[in-house]
Amino acid sequence: MKWKTDDGGWNPYLAGALVGLLAVASAFATTKILKKTSFLGASTTFVRAAGLIEKTVAAGHVTANEYFTKEKVRVDWQFMLVLGILIGALVGSISDGSFKLESVPPTWEKRFGPSIIKRAIGAIVGGAVSMIGARMADGCPSGNGLSGMMQLSVSGFVALAMFFGGGLIVAHFVYGRRPS
Amino acid sequence: MTAEQGLGMITGILFGFLLQKGRVLRFDKQVGAMLLKDMTIFKFMLSAILVGMIGILILSNAKVITLSHKPMNLGAVLIGGGLFGIGWAIMGFCPGTSIGALGEGRWHAVFAILGMLTGAAIYAELYPTIKSTILTWKDFGKIGLPETLGVSPWIVVVALWVIILGFFVWFEKKRL
Repeated sequence: MKWKTDDGGWNPYLAGALVGLLAVASAFATTKILKKTSFLGASTTFVRAAGLIEKTVAAGHVTANEYFTKEKVRVDWQFMLVLGILIGALVGSISDGSFKLESVPPTWEKRFGPSIIKRAIGAIVGGAVSMIGARMADGCPSGNGLSGMMQLSVSGFVALAMFFGGGLIVAHFVYGRRPS
Repeated sequence: MTAEQGLGMITGILFGFLLQKGRVLRFDKQVGAMLLKDMTIFKFMLSAILVGMIGILILSNAKVITLSHKPMNLGAVLIGGGLFGIGWAIMGFCPGTSIGALGEGRWHAVFAILGMLTGAAIYAELYPTIKSTILTWKDFGKIGLPETLGVSPWIVVVALWVIILGFFVWFEKKRL
């Protein structure tokens, strides 16, 4: 086992273990500073962002919506965390030269070709289905998987199994076949 | 920026940096795991869980932090989890990694982000219907594995370490 991957990344076990420490430190810091324990997560932010965007065209509709009211449309701790991920990834990729402008992912291109339009349709449809699922399950691989399993939540284990089970079946169906 | 927002931002920057260094932000890594060809994202995620669960358990036993389990609502977790998985395979990102992928230049992640924003807006419209149907089927509530099994949380932690280390040995043996 190596400390660095072939492309200059860190050993995934090491980087992952550091995220484990970050998750603990973050649970501690949010409790002490914000008086409420918060765990790492990302998908609720998409609800709040969608609410903020909708508000610019139909404010009344957002205020009247039960789900937006329940999840509170505001720029909170997790919202900034999600924006922070972008900055952290930018800094990380520039620091080791792995920043790369990419218009179509290689695995996708092998199966569906270099069309950006095809990729956009796949990502938008897949993204919409995914987010509906994540909100129904009350969390994504960060909130339900990472944070849920770390707290030994039953829902975390079941959700991660379903995430991966669904992904495995569909990925084999979509990318598994050799291109003709 | 409020203290709440500043703390979120700092945590996010560190999280994003580690996700990037672990090379888990890539479409190919995510789909690679689903095709059982490259287990990088599992090495990363399960390592985080192994380390994190010990710290979280110590802090919650000491009453320093409070746990917040998500509800084990059977229909919601099974159907929602399955839908997430189906979309994840096509999109090739999860919510957190899509934003990170954009940060490392994979600009096509904007389509995934747009799709997820659309999905969130659709869910907000569907919520009353889902609440009165799927969410009413069977809710076990906010439960943890140790209480459910009736054992000490430390037994669960040790068992998970053994099982997950077993997976790691297998990943390395098969060079996944």
